Amino acid sequence: MTEAAIEAMQFRQAETSAVRVRRRYAAERRFRFYGVLAISVAVLMLALLLATIVSKGYGAFVQTEITIDINFDSAVIDPAGTLDPAVLATADYAKLIKEALYAQFPEATSRGDKRALYDLVSTGASYELQKMVLTDPSLIGKTQPVTLTASDDVDMLNKGYMSRSGVEAERRLNDKQVGWIDGLAAKGLVSTALGTAFLTHGDSREPEQAGVWGAVVGTVFTMLVTLLMTLPLGVATAVYLEEFAPKNRWTDLIEININNLAAVPSIVFGLLGLAVFLNFFGLPRSAPLVGGMVLALIVLPTIIIAGRAAIKAVPPSIREAALGVGASKLQVVTHHVLPLAMPGILTGTIIGMAHALGETAPLLMIGMVAFIVDIPGGITDAATVLPVQIYIWADSPERAFVERTSAAIMVLLAVLLVMNGLAILLRRQFERRW
Amino acid sequence: MNLTVIFATLLILTAVGYFLGRQRAFASVGGRASQLHSLPSYHGAYVALWCLLPALLLFLLWMLAEPHILRAITIGALPPELANLPNNQLGLVLNDIQNIAEGNAARAGADPAKLAAADHLITWERTGRIAIAIAAVAAALAGLLWGRHRIAPALRARNSVERTATILLIACSTISVITTVGIVLSLLFESLRFFAQVPFYEFLFGLQWSPQTAMRADQVGSSGAFGAIPLFAGTLLITLIAMVVAVPLGLMAAIYMADYASKTVRAFVKPALEVLAGIPTVVYGFFAALTVAPFIRGAGQSIGLDVASESALAAGVVMGVMIIPFVSSLSDDVMNAVPQSLRDGSYALGATKSETIRQVVVPAALPGIVGAVLLAVSRAIGETMIVVMAAGLTANLTANPLEAVTTVTVQIATLLVGDQEFDSPKTLSAFALGLVLFCVTLALNIVALSIVRRYREKYD
Repeated sequence: MTEAAIEAMQFRQAETSAVRVRRRYAAERRFRFYGVLAISVAVLMLALLLATIVSKGYGAFVQTEITIDINFDSAVIDPAGTLDPAVLATADYAKLIKEALYAQFPEATSRGDKRALYDLVSTGASYELQKMVLTDPSLIGKTQPVTLTASDDVDMLNKGYMSRSGVEAERRLNDKQVGWIDGLAAKGLVSTALGTAFLTHGDSREPEQAGVWGAVVGTVFTMLVTLLMTLPLGVATAVYLEEFAPKNRWTDLIEININNLAAVPSIVFGLLGLAVFLNFFGLPRSAPLVGGMVLALIVLPTIIIAGRAAIKAVPPSIREAALGVGASKLQVVTHHVLPLAMPGILTGTIIGMAHALGETAPLLMIGMVAFIVDIPGGITDAATVLPVQIYIWADSPERAFVERTSAAIMVLLAVLLVMNGLAILLRRQFERRW
Repeated sequence: MNLTVIFATLLILTAVGYFLGRQRAFASVGGRASQLHSLPSYHGAYVALWCLLPALLLFLLWMLAEPHILRAITIGALPPELANLPNNQLGLVLNDIQNIAEGNAARAGADPAKLAAADHLITWERTGRIAIAIAAVAAALAGLLWGRHRIAPALRARNSVERTATILLIACSTISVITTVGIVLSLLFESLRFFAQVPFYEFLFGLQWSPQTAMRADQVGSSGAFGAIPLFAGTLLITLIAMVVAVPLGLMAAIYMADYASKTVRAFVKPALEVLAGIPTVVYGFFAALTVAPFIRGAGQSIGLDVASESALAAGVVMGVMIIPFVSSLSDDVMNAVPQSLRDGSYALGATKSETIRQVVVPAALPGIVGAVLLAVSRAIGETMIVVMAAGLTANLTANPLEAVTTVTVQIATLLVGDQEFDSPKTLSAFALGLVLFCVTLALNIVALSIVRRYREKYD
């Protein structure tokens, strides 16, 4: 070929190869962009989820209250003047509230209006008065301003979640009620305060009285049962599989079993709990004992796998040195291997417990979805756990329960954050690199 | 005399046995512990085990048998007209008697036959408790004395204790096998009762899911249809949507974090992904029901589409977001396992990073990635809370993601959370569904593992 032709061919090749290289670099940039996009979507969804929950939930820690002058009429509370606690406890405190409200708004004359006026305060308000009188009987006969919890509709109106416009029949508060509330607000008698009901009360059908304390106590009991059952079992299994088990088919079967159990959906464990623990063994339904047993089975594979990894990480030299000074195999394990593997085992346990804390479906199967009002006193009392409480409240129709559900989720996420933080701290502090 | 007291007594006796054993061991060699075969603590443990184990076995056997024995005694003492009632009514009568005996129900207005039976029950329960208390304590004392008798300098106490401990370890390890056997048996047992009432092929291949059972013979709409195909279709639809969201995002996130991300980005995103993985599914379900579903509905309506308020799309998208960390961490593991030499060879030939990943790393890690995807599918199929809160309840055989569908797990949850009688086909169908779910997830896991094992290339 001529020089010019070779030059032209080389120029063309250089040009097409330059184009190719540009195209390849563009593909590289696009690929990198897809990676950034994927991560951004994931982080964005997390941020969106947390922002939604927090924005909807922080209001639940604040409760709207109404201040009215209550006349602690002795004729209603204690007509005989005996100051007997039984008489004081059963007096009609609702009447005192009603009289105070009617005095405040004399234009409410019809029966419907009067009932609508009393609906502005919470159904638990009469119990608040009862508690005040029982702690301080000298109140009888006095008149003083008392701060009472408002009903959940008033609470929603005050926080701006309920619209004041719209068709009156479709609203929860009719125009008269809205007018009364505005009247009270104009006099400065409607206030918001840090509500303690959410963190100290048990469940209730009234949103302003509902709290998570019952669920928290139930969760504590259930987690206690789970921990007591699964930690010894899991560590024992891990020790056996790593240190003592001969390499035969039975050991293979156990290992396959554990890996399979780790992948079984949790609702199937709930079915097992229902069929075996409740129906065959006759254990009490909805008790933290049964819930703890079901959760222990769910968490067991996690602890076994984490335990095995931790025990495997202990170097053989430590074992051989212990054997060399005359220890028996079990002494090697209990005196040397287990203490060194403990941080790894504990980290795995905390991660397993955090997983169990969020489990809902298997506990629904064993009946923990009932409406439990009392705070459970032991592991055989009927109880509910925090995730199930969230599920129950998410189903409730009242507007105020959206706020409570979000706040309960905040409590749950806070507990999980603490647990996972503890696991990370443990891992960083105690884990040794051999 | 409740069971906790008996159990506590046993524990105290065990502790006493331990100390007595140690003291006896020291005494038998006149204080020179070096002449004992085993450490004194092992002698103590020997006596403690002899004290505790037989008594505990007896106690556990009694606890398992007590409800059944008491039930048989109570039925035996009932007058004939109550004893011959059909099973479910008899159950109610026994419940009433139990409540009267425990003091939960008022004695005042109760049926005199039930009152007599309740008193009978109380007496027998008390007798039984006293009997087992005496028996357990006697067994514990006998064991303690026997163990103490056997203590001698030449006693190989450590060997006996360690043998018992090893047996205990083996017993604990078999718990996992027992759990699997228990799951399979319980599901199978109840499902067989279901298939006795509803034929197998109608369940697996029927197209109509409407689980109702008649309370009266002439009830309208009483015939239930137990065809599970709409449930399988709904599960598959939501799983498909979840995989379409999770697999690309999870894979790309893993690739970016492994090869492209700077240290600060990694320090920020890795915990974020771990948080995503740790959020309970009930929170995801609440988020889906409260925010995502109305958003999709509003967006669809503004375009002019008719979107159900509990669309499969909403549940699928949120489930996909939940599974992203799972896919990401698994594929990160498999891609790290591809040796660096392959990557280096590709770079040496002049490939860019993305070409190396697309043409060398991913094909090499493909069996692992397929395994990860299958495991993620199995996770999505078994997920319950997101779909219970965000997906519908009526079975709907459709491929349109904008409609409401229901899944297998939703049906299991709703069928068993209500107040059904335990024998009705409605409740038993939940166990049949559970069996199908268990078999499918098991099969998926086995397939995933075998794919990974068979196609894993040996690089060394």
